[in-house]
Amino acid sequence: MAGVGGGNDFQWCFSQVKGAIDEDVAEADIISTVEFNYSGELLATGDKGGRVVIFQREQESKNRSLSRGEYNVYSTFQSHEPEFDYLKSLEIEEKINKIRWLPQQNAAHFLLSTNDKTIKLWKISERDKRAEGYNLKDEDGRLRDPFRITSLRVPVLMPMDLMVEASPRRIFANAHTYHINSISVNSDYQTYLSADDLRINLWHLEITDRSFNIVDIKPANMEELTEVITAAECHPHQCNVFVYSSSKGTIRLCDTRAAALCDRHSKFFEEPEDPSSRSFFSEIISSISDVKFSHSGRYMMTRDYLSVKVWDLNMENRPVETYQVHEYLRSKLCSLYENDCIFDKFECCWNGSDSAIMTGSYNNFFRMFDRNTRRDITLEASRENSKPRAMLKPRKVCTGGKRKKDEISVDSLDFNKKILHTAWHPKENVIAVAATNNLYIFQDKMN
Amino acid sequence: MIHTMECAVDAQSLISISLRKIHNSRTQRGGIKLHKNLLVSYVLRNARQVYMNEKYAEIYRMQQYEEVMTVCNEIQELNPLDLVEDCEEQTVDCCSSMNESPSLCGALLPVSHQASPVQHIQPTSACSVPIPLQSEEVCKSPDPSFYRSCCAEAYPVSNCDFSPVNSMHCNKTTVLDLDTHVVTTVESGYLHQDCCASLQQCCQGAQSPVKKRKLDFGYYVSEIEEVPDFTPCKRAKFEDSSYACTEPLDTSNISNLISIFGSGFTGLVSRQAELEQALNGQFCSKQALASLGAWTRAIVAF
Repeated sequence: MAGVGGGNDFQWCFSQVKGAIDEDVAEADIISTVEFNYSGELLATGDKGGRVVIFQREQESKNRSLSRGEYNVYSTFQSHEPEFDYLKSLEIEEKINKIRWLPQQNAAHFLLSTNDKTIKLWKISERDKRAEGYNLKDEDGRLRDPFRITSLRVPVLMPMDLMVEASPRRIFANAHTYHINSISVNSDYQTYLSADDLRINLWHLEITDRSFNIVDIKPANMEELTEVITAAECHPHQCNVFVYSSSKGTIRLCDTRAAALCDRHSKFFEEPEDPSSRSFFSEIISSISDVKFSHSGRYMMTRDYLSVKVWDLNMENRPVETYQVHEYLRSKLCSLYENDCIFDKFECCWNGSDSAIMTGSYNNFFRMFDRNTRRDITLEASRENSKPRAMLKPRKVCTGGKRKKDEISVDSLDFNKKILHTAWHPKENVIAVAATNNLYIFQDKMN
Repeated sequence: MIHTMECAVDAQSLISISLRKIHNSRTQRGGIKLHKNLLVSYVLRNARQVYMNEKYAEIYRMQQYEEVMTVCNEIQELNPLDLVEDCEEQTVDCCSSMNESPSLCGALLPVSHQASPVQHIQPTSACSVPIPLQSEEVCKSPDPSFYRSCCAEAYPVSNCDFSPVNSMHCNKTTVLDLDTHVVTTVESGYLHQDCCASLQQCCQGAQSPVKKRKLDFGYYVSEIEEVPDFTPCKRAKFEDSSYACTEPLDTSNISNLISIFGSGFTGLVSRQAELEQALNGQFCSKQALASLGAWTRAIVAF
């Protein structure tokens, strides 16, 4: 069966898998965010242990034309450490909630990483040369006796083994009372926003000791709280526009030119609830877990528990497209509530041309939807299909009646194997899928 | 209207599960998650709405039966030999019209029958005049508040009659004044006073002035409905419910949590130390349910 990609038929093949094979998964190794940089050359992951691992794509060589550029570890560093807020007697988790790359402006790479409270700007730079021939010190660093120096020389740069250094250049702290859920770099490449449950702040990348609060939905009386902010993103082209989603399933688009405090939205996106589908859990499953602008900036996509919706920014009263991710779970909401799975926050992503979207599900399944052909496909991230360039077989969940061969019944799904984080290469059909502590990379065969 | 068909789990167990989640969130790493707790509180609110609606419907049905039976009792006093059959027929008719089984009606009968002669006479003498008229009206036009007042008046709650063997001394009589709609509760027992106090304190959601009475009613009504034979079993059922009330300490923590929750989550954080002090496990999920009357919105604050 043909895959889904961008108009043509694509075949998704296994490329690589990163991470331990052990059945015993350490909590700290669970991947919590995945992000390609603007060129797709670098792929960053963050995990619950506060570490960031960056993979770099090998340059394709003519000798190995069949094998696409593989991603290998480029840099690993500890971004955040666990902290303790003594005033509130609260531990601050080191889990990396989000990573966002900055566009590359020189030889170094910059990214923002955040945990619940603190955002950090990291500089990742290469060092492949070192100076040799110092006058005042030996090669091993020992200082020379100045009286022994009889002549002067100019140090020469000599090649060395590539060393990748990550250094924190800025630390943006103490600006969020509640848990940070999103960061987004603005299209002006000078500012970025950070969002927690009740507030959104606008930062300048150079200034760490202050930020502008641009959205504040905290009520005067907390007992009147009815919704929280769940995600926020800057428009890809208009630096004055951003959106934020709420736990009530609504999206607000705000314009920073309108007012200093953007509590009043410019546009309000909400689809009326279908009263016939009302249940105990209606509020939970309508809560939006992710919002992403299309690359074009004309559309945005939201993910709630059971579906993905594509919205046209010019139409506020309903989405233009709705895709059911795993509708068969609607009858299982009680169990999913009991085991907390109903609170899982799935992300979603666009492909480079905005013709396809991807999101994760359970049992290590992930789903892709072609917006043009309206075809969808379910694939599985599994080490069983991990032969190089092995084609992925479409999977199907049996929703009732007789289970066909190769189908899996709803009750057999493993809800501990969830794919919350996925990323699509900005230019090519290469995808990165985080399955607990493993990172799978799949490529299109024809690409 | 919430469709509960997708789960066999009833509203009450959903409430228990939700309370447990809120309780556990206090000790989770990273602090209380505002978003998750807000969503849990929505489930709590929804479950409570369903639970209350079911209770209202139940009370309505039972009040229908109670009215008729009270009339029968009064008549029976006058001429017990002749009118019992008539009353029972009426009862069955009334109940069947309300879609109730005769056994259930029989179970509901107990209060008047079981009460001592002195107590038995008390309510009837208090309302002998208005009740027959009101019962007819009630049967025809079920206005909840009006209905509840009749129900409340129909028989007194005397928990001490059914106080279980396990030393919960409770002596209480509740009487509703039909004119002023004031519920008067006379109690001389520690436990029941606390029960009522907590119910009264937290019950602000319902509009009816006799809501306290309704909750008292609801407290053991749900136990009754499983009982086919009313006289001995009701006593046993009350024992069961009392056993249910002596749940372990974490349940009392949860209900304590709820009473704090009713005043906003700020109470939760500031009173973490207080939450560790448990009551004597006298609260059960039913009482927690009753105390949810204060909730009108999803609230999480810290």
